[in-house]
Amino acid sequence: MRSDVLIIGAGGAGLVAALHAHDAGAKVRIITKEYPTRSQTSMAQGGINAALGNASADSIEAHVQNTLKSAHGLANEEMVRFMCEQAPIAVNWLDSIGVCFSRTKDAKIAQRTLGGASAPRACYAQDYTGLKILHTLYDRVLACGIEILSERYLLNFITNTDEHNKLYTCGATVLNIRTGEVEAYESASVIVATGGYSRVYDKHSTNAVGTTGDGIAAAIRAGARLSDMEFIQFHPTALKNSSILISESARGAGGYLLNSKGERFTNELAPRDEVARAIHNEIEKGEDIFLDIRHLGEKFIDEELPQERKLTKLYENVDPVYDLIPIKPVAHYTMGGIEVDANSQTKLRGLFAVGECANHRVHGANRLGGNSLLELVVFGKQAGESAAEYAKNFTHSIVSQEQTKSANNFITDVKQFTNQIDFYQKREFIGTIFYNNAGISRNEMDLKAVLDAVRQIQKELPSMGIKDKSKIYNTNLVEFIEFGNMVELCEIILVCAISRNESRGAHFRADIPQENNMAYKAHTITWKEDSVLCADFME
Amino acid sequence: MKIKIQREEITEYEVALENATLLELLNEIKTKQDATLTYSSGCRSSVCGSCSVRVNGKEVLACGYKVQEEDLVEPLKNVPVLRDLVVDMDKAYEFNQKAKAWQTNESNIALTQEDEKRNEVQSDCILCGSCYSACPVYAVNGAFLGPFALTRVWRYVSDAREEGTSAKIDNIQTNGVWDCTLCNACSIVCPQGISSKADIEKLRSKSAIQGYIDPSFANFGGGFGFDGSPSF
Repeated sequence: MRSDVLIIGAGGAGLVAALHAHDAGAKVRIITKEYPTRSQTSMAQGGINAALGNASADSIEAHVQNTLKSAHGLANEEMVRFMCEQAPIAVNWLDSIGVCFSRTKDAKIAQRTLGGASAPRACYAQDYTGLKILHTLYDRVLACGIEILSERYLLNFITNTDEHNKLYTCGATVLNIRTGEVEAYESASVIVATGGYSRVYDKHSTNAVGTTGDGIAAAIRAGARLSDMEFIQFHPTALKNSSILISESARGAGGYLLNSKGERFTNELAPRDEVARAIHNEIEKGEDIFLDIRHLGEKFIDEELPQERKLTKLYENVDPVYDLIPIKPVAHYTMGGIEVDANSQTKLRGLFAVGECANHRVHGANRLGGNSLLELVVFGKQAGESAAEYAKNFTHSIVSQEQTKSANNFITDVKQFTNQIDFYQKREFIGTIFYNNAGISRNEMDLKAVLDAVRQIQKELPSMGIKDKSKIYNTNLVEFIEFGNMVELCEIILVCAISRNESRGAHFRADIPQENNMAYKAHTITWKEDSVLCADFME
Repeated sequence: MKIKIQREEITEYEVALENATLLELLNEIKTKQDATLTYSSGCRSSVCGSCSVRVNGKEVLACGYKVQEEDLVEPLKNVPVLRDLVVDMDKAYEFNQKAKAWQTNESNIALTQEDEKRNEVQSDCILCGSCYSACPVYAVNGAFLGPFALTRVWRYVSDAREEGTSAKIDNIQTNGVWDCTLCNACSIVCPQGISSKADIEKLRSKSAIQGYIDPSFANFGGGFGFDGSPSF
């Protein structure tokens, strides 16, 4: 049963890590709470950045500078430089394994402009970039014969202590959703690639329903540290009624943002934090906001944005070829995550992290469109290779019985929680108060009120038991544990947002609208000591 | 609005939602009426392939279908039901492995726009499994590689970067391209507008070029396909 490298999560980051760990000679096992092609990566539309200069002149230096500028002082220049230098190699690799990128007339990978970029830098495949990358990676994983176990839900990381009383990770306990049994997967090293936590905003998020931060919550419980959890990106253009994403490439191609009077009110291609705030301000004034791509023409829309047309018709009953698209900004990407070193290893030995769940300090206070797919390819490789290398030198024993037993007890206990309060209602409630008070515009008083509400909900969790007592495929149970993880992360997000008494990138405090480099040009680090949350600012 | 859902038995729900997608309706039932109702969902925007079900006998993505009064919702066919609307996709996914639906070699030759267009649609496949549910051949022959796996083989065979085309064609002769009856049921239900039937025909042409012949010709002396229609 034991593997060298256990990967939790089968999105882009997990699959890239798996391929490279496999290449490095490790016995790799992937577990996912869904199936390998159903992850958030499938939803990435805009593209993957690399300064190839295929559409017009570009340079790695420009990519570095654009990324740093958007990050507002919170990115690590070395990491950003590494990512941008690796970008052409990463795209070349994707191309070599069969990703169907759109092409230019002179047989090069096509590139387009996204917000905050000084050149058309995002390589794309219509508006299905993430989907095509993810499926090609999956096909590659099959070719390599790497084991994938679907519908296994992460409960906790298994940790042991060595002779110096120092912790190390050596596996994970999971709930087999199909059988309802708890299983333990022992492994010399573990890579967590479980995605972000935008679903704390519930329906005010573009993300898939499973984006509940499970791996991040499990990591801090196990002894890892998190960083910059207050930085949450709001995508300027989601469909108004459904929060379905309309890609930034619509604006990159020349789409306008209009208010109810039909006036443009912002630079549509500024970084996302600025555009989202501009829209938020208009909405506060009572305006409805629309995306206008009519002037791009039917041929262009069908060629470059086919998905957008389909979704707008379905969810808003409007055809963007002829009508304005009603939009609003919603939570889209979480910059914060598990703190990692230059080898993608967390503070907890043997636990590596990559993708949206990790914080490689390349996005800082605000991520640029096209940099997240890039991040998962570049650092997926690094995490896979590092974890394989670590596993090679792993000599400790692995004992998992006791932690498997406590995972079993946890499931039994949860099933016995009384059902006086409906957690689905609370989930929606948190989403709404987060969107209104801990979203695009925040202030101390509101944040504190939300924190009180979250702490109250934490206390009430044992009264929010599940209604479905089935052992087999109990999604009510899984959603409740996901909710528990989100509540745990909500507290952390709020504590960080309250501590950061300034405005920077996506963290905008209406009560303190200036950046304060003297006091806060630092990372918000959080960890737990005896289950108590601790927070501090660190370089 | 009233709908019926095939669970252990057909269960009727009344929901006060208008102009909603089926997924929105299922979510409403799950969170407000009956927490035991079990189904899969993910992206809500028809790209993750999680929420395929059948409505009134036809395969749809729950997130891409607007519910109608008295609709009957059932799980996919030709696949084990785990619970309510959730099915076990493992076996269907394994056909990708059996069909070797991947690029054999690494290659960086420059693709033209024409090269790229050749499998643009096929590479939109989301593995939702609707095609296996609708396929009458798969219903009677559980070893048939099936629609999405063969489409994914064509996606690589048609790719200018692939160097192992002939081995890929060799690999799909048994329980593969010739077993399809070209009935087109897969194309009709595909939410991504992919026609596996058309892809299978293209794979047959490739097979013929490689010297393979339709086994039904070999048996019956040629002329008409299994369903009575001319095979060419």
